[in-house]
Amino acid sequence: MRAFRYSLRGLGFALLVAIVVYLPFRLSDFRASEFALIGIYFIAILGLNVLTGYAGVISLGHGAFMALGAYTTAILVADHGMRDLWTIPLAGLLAAAAGAAFGLPALRLSGPYLALATFGVAVATPIVIKKFDGLTGGSGGINLFEAEGITGLPEFLVTLPGGKVLSFNDWLYYLTWTIALVLFAVAWAIHHSRFGRSLRAIRDNEIAAAASGVWLASHKTLAFSISAFYAGVAGSLLAISAFSVQPGAFPVDRSIALLVGLAVGGLGSLAPLAAGAAFLVFLPQWAQDISKAPGVPAVIYGAVLIALMIVLPMGVGGLLRWITRPLTSRLYPRS
Amino acid sequence: MADVLQQVVSGIASGGVYALLALALVLIYRSTGVVNFAQGEMAMFSTFVCWELLDRGLPYWVAFFLTLAISFVGGVLIERLVIHTVSRSQALTVVTVTIGLLILLNGAAAWIWKGEQRTLENPFPSDTFDVGGVVIAAQDIGIIGVSLAIVVVLWAFLQRTRVGLALRAAALNPESSRLHGVRVSWMLALGWGLAAVLGAVAGILVAPTQGSFDQNLMLPVLIFAFAAAVLGGLDSPIGAVVGGVVLGVVLNLVGAYIDFFADLRLPAALLLILGILLLRPNGLFGRSVVRRV
Repeated sequence: MRAFRYSLRGLGFALLVAIVVYLPFRLSDFRASEFALIGIYFIAILGLNVLTGYAGVISLGHGAFMALGAYTTAILVADHGMRDLWTIPLAGLLAAAAGAAFGLPALRLSGPYLALATFGVAVATPIVIKKFDGLTGGSGGINLFEAEGITGLPEFLVTLPGGKVLSFNDWLYYLTWTIALVLFAVAWAIHHSRFGRSLRAIRDNEIAAAASGVWLASHKTLAFSISAFYAGVAGSLLAISAFSVQPGAFPVDRSIALLVGLAVGGLGSLAPLAAGAAFLVFLPQWAQDISKAPGVPAVIYGAVLIALMIVLPMGVGGLLRWITRPLTSRLYPRS
Repeated sequence: MADVLQQVVSGIASGGVYALLALALVLIYRSTGVVNFAQGEMAMFSTFVCWELLDRGLPYWVAFFLTLAISFVGGVLIERLVIHTVSRSQALTVVTVTIGLLILLNGAAAWIWKGEQRTLENPFPSDTFDVGGVVIAAQDIGIIGVSLAIVVVLWAFLQRTRVGLALRAAALNPESSRLHGVRVSWMLALGWGLAAVLGAVAGILVAPTQGSFDQNLMLPVLIFAFAAAVLGGLDSPIGAVVGGVVLGVVLNLVGAYIDFFADLRLPAALLLILGILLLRPNGLFGRSVVRRV
């Protein structure tokens, strides 16, 4: 039964990979850049899910870790001539270290206090970036258009088998989604590991988890650090795909958007989080298409978000679980 | 010294506004357990309603109290129509709904009032008084006075009336209150209505100090109100008031006397609050919760 279950999951993952590989063959160049952005949000939301979905800690500050990742990449590429691809893991690791440094003291705080403390970090981020303009280029940010370290489109990838000519946006798409799929697999492994179970125990009942031998401080800090790693990688990809970083790209809204994407995708889900990422990219555009009058797109966005939360309080993931329950409950007997 | 005192007085005035909005946040947090991200936008919307009423030629204080009444009904409606429907869901869902409300109200104000800069009438004279070398603006005294009056009225309502008692009981223990005949869900709606009124007062007081305002009036104030509420303790009304005033004064002093922080007032304040929270994780006046497993 267990082997069957895992092979089913493997099949699902293979299907996901196939869709990701095939999609650019059907998409216009512009759409490919949008889907690359979805991939970036997907990574950040997957990370936030480790913290909020498993450990039950709401963070409103993950835009700050994205900013840290983006600026790490931009500074290493622009000032130190590093290849952009190598900066991606570094950006993640630096963000993870910052996450641990912030998380270790801050996780003493309970739910809403921690949420508002992280919110404070998100609010302060653009201001602090502007203040240290020697390093960050102030409000103008850092431009990467002329930088040597930008890889651009690798030669061997220009034409894919089947005659598909790869554009730069297709390359960005493949880059972000390759990383997204790897990190997705990691998130899946976390979900099914002893560590993931301990985190969920903390979420469900902190005191009971501690009584059962879960070391709260280390688990929560590690969860915070992992989620910051994901955000750092996402930020780094954002810098690479935009060829630039500015403090204005990391307002509070960005941190809030990640949380919205997580809620729409479904807290504690994995693959459905991509739907949350797609929501963040497409809904504002769709609202703009309906009317460009001042305020109207925001009214549509807000109203759709509220309606969605009322209809699907557990997000898209909750809906999928509800639909497939009659099937899966027979496949996976509850112990 | 007179200089410092002057900074303190104007700090208390801006702190009074933070305190009102923080008090609104605390009211909602205590009754529904939700941090209301839409609080600032509700206040902004009320401010626009007041502007509209004045624009149609109503006398100032008539428009003022009519705005409070409209805000109260609006707050109750938001709880009944939106928050109540998701109140049984996980925290993240409710938080997301309040974020949706924030975006919706901000957009609606930009839509209805065309996103233009408006000027709200100032109810206080522009005189200043000289008290032993400290120049105090009548406006500051007015803001402090109104804030204080609102806080006292709210305190009296919560502590000295039957409805206030029911409201506190519903927040503290919904199940027992229901058994004692308290209409708990309406008490929560009442809490939202009161919070909307507090926000309206904060918005109407703060708008004239800014010169002109648009739909983004309350976003910065909301951040300070959050900080004030957290500083004082999210479940403590006294904490919210103290937190607001302390925050207003500290922000003014830090901005005026420490050059490095002149343009870093906000991060400095947040850092301070983070430091205090690490020593007192439930804020200065918050209760630490003892749980039984």
